[in-house]
Amino acid sequence: MIERRPVLDIITHLVLIVGVVIIAFPIYVTFVASTQTAQEVARAPMSLLPGSHFFENYWKVLVGDAANTPPVARMMWISTVMALVIAIGKIAISMLSAFAVVYFRFRFRMFFFWMIFVTLMLPVEVRIAPTYKVVADLGMLNSYAGLTLPLIASATATFLFRQFFLTVPDELIEAARIDGAGPMRFFWDVLLPLSRTSIAALFVIQFIYGWNQYLWPLIITTHENMYPVVIGIKRMIAGGDSVTEWNLVMATALLAMIPPVAVVVFMQKWFVKGLVDAEK
Amino acid sequence: MEKRVVFTHKTLPYLLLLPQLAITVVFFFLPAGQAMWQSFRMEDPFGLSSQFVGLSNFIDLFANDDYIDSFQTTAVFSLLVAVLGLSISLLLAVMADRVIKAASIYKTLLIWPYAVATAVAGVLWLFLFSPSVGILAVMLAKLGISWNPRLDGTDAMTLVVLASVWKQISYNFLFFLAGLQAIPRSLIEAAAIDGASPARRFWTIVFPLLSPTTFFLLIINVIYAFFDTFAIIDIITQGGPGSETSILVYKVYNAGFKGLDLGSSAAQSVILMLIVIVLTVVQFRYIDRKVNY
Repeated sequence: MIERRPVLDIITHLVLIVGVVIIAFPIYVTFVASTQTAQEVARAPMSLLPGSHFFENYWKVLVGDAANTPPVARMMWISTVMALVIAIGKIAISMLSAFAVVYFRFRFRMFFFWMIFVTLMLPVEVRIAPTYKVVADLGMLNSYAGLTLPLIASATATFLFRQFFLTVPDELIEAARIDGAGPMRFFWDVLLPLSRTSIAALFVIQFIYGWNQYLWPLIITTHENMYPVVIGIKRMIAGGDSVTEWNLVMATALLAMIPPVAVVVFMQKWFVKGLVDAEK
Repeated sequence: MEKRVVFTHKTLPYLLLLPQLAITVVFFFLPAGQAMWQSFRMEDPFGLSSQFVGLSNFIDLFANDDYIDSFQTTAVFSLLVAVLGLSISLLLAVMADRVIKAASIYKTLLIWPYAVATAVAGVLWLFLFSPSVGILAVMLAKLGISWNPRLDGTDAMTLVVLASVWKQISYNFLFFLAGLQAIPRSLIEAAAIDGASPARRFWTIVFPLLSPTTFFLLIINVIYAFFDTFAIIDIITQGGPGSETSILVYKVYNAGFKGLDLGSSAAQSVILMLIVIVLTVVQFRYIDRKVNY
């Protein structure tokens, strides 16, 4: 604080509180809607106080009692597997390739590095149709492999690890070589433990990335039992002529938010580090 | 920067790179190549054969008013998302930077929408503003403001912009706050001693020093508006009413999966690729040497 300006302090807090309220309002309404009956929600305007159907609604969506909705528990499971495989897969293959690029001299090294770099310029959105065709030809529609493999390559993660490896002192590799350690031994016993912070930070970011995927699962999952929860919500809204049961949609939306938001809030330190590092 | 000491091994480095490269080739280069190849070809109505047609897919696209309109829609949309998102988050970040003690509490309360899926953000705002049941739509109706995003293009655009900005504020906020906290206190104190008011200190010291962050965020927000908002558009408006909110990415998807016009979809993909390449190059050129003084 540079000088005392009580009026400005009050304005500051006011602006921040208004900001927080605006940010939180949609979530509050979601929660309220998810505790009411469909009729209560449809009664415009709905009450802004929580209703009494919390357990009923959540139980209904989780086991899939409601009409034309698959069980959300199953979808949450798919999303979890998908997010974990994407996060861990990205970290694993990026670490290996960064290790190769930094710690070895070999032909086409820079060529390969640029190949990985160029993928930054090819987001799923710009190559949807042909990528779909490749995955279909490989028979990976409606499978975990199809959901995750095409999203696992990562230029940003490779850069991050390369950046980090370059800061590891050369003395460590010299010492390892004098002690007779081969490259993989060095990787496991020295680099991996040193990278723990980067791995944690990247994991948080990539878990959220994986959990929140939309376009890709939307086109390659056609069976209800392979929907991630984000797609499940979309299908619940676009239920043809039937009326959208907003209370159930909102319960599902809230369930879909819990894991990634929990990761951000409880692993805030890693999250911020990962976000800032990944964009360097 | 390079390592002085390295390992020597004939095959190991290639093996280490293999998983990443295999995925890159199969799921990135192959499809991208195919898109380029297809963009110069046209399929017969039954999809049995295709022939080389040169640039005619591209010419068709640019002769099509719909496509030109979509460019315009995308430009308006990304400008609105970037400018609104950046201004609101900058305001919040400057405020949070002022309250040293409570800053971390506000930070926690402001950053979590980053974790909400874009699609879920779309659902929340769709519900809030849904003409018959939405609580905010009902409020607007009571105030006598006619509101129907399913029929009115401006309403639809407002709604998708709102949802997109809401989702992106936390990201911008974090980067602005980090940028603000990196500004040396001594500069601001010196200006305060010279009698500069807080507003003046902001515009003459803080804002210029923040320009690398602002520029970086501007690019990131444009990329976000171009590509990541697909889910919001698909859930709230499906590009409608008419094609009022049909941004370029949505058009590619529509041409490929709804219209099944592969040649046109591929040509659109190629154009989008060029846009991403330009944005990425700009981003890296300026991030490396920063927009600086």
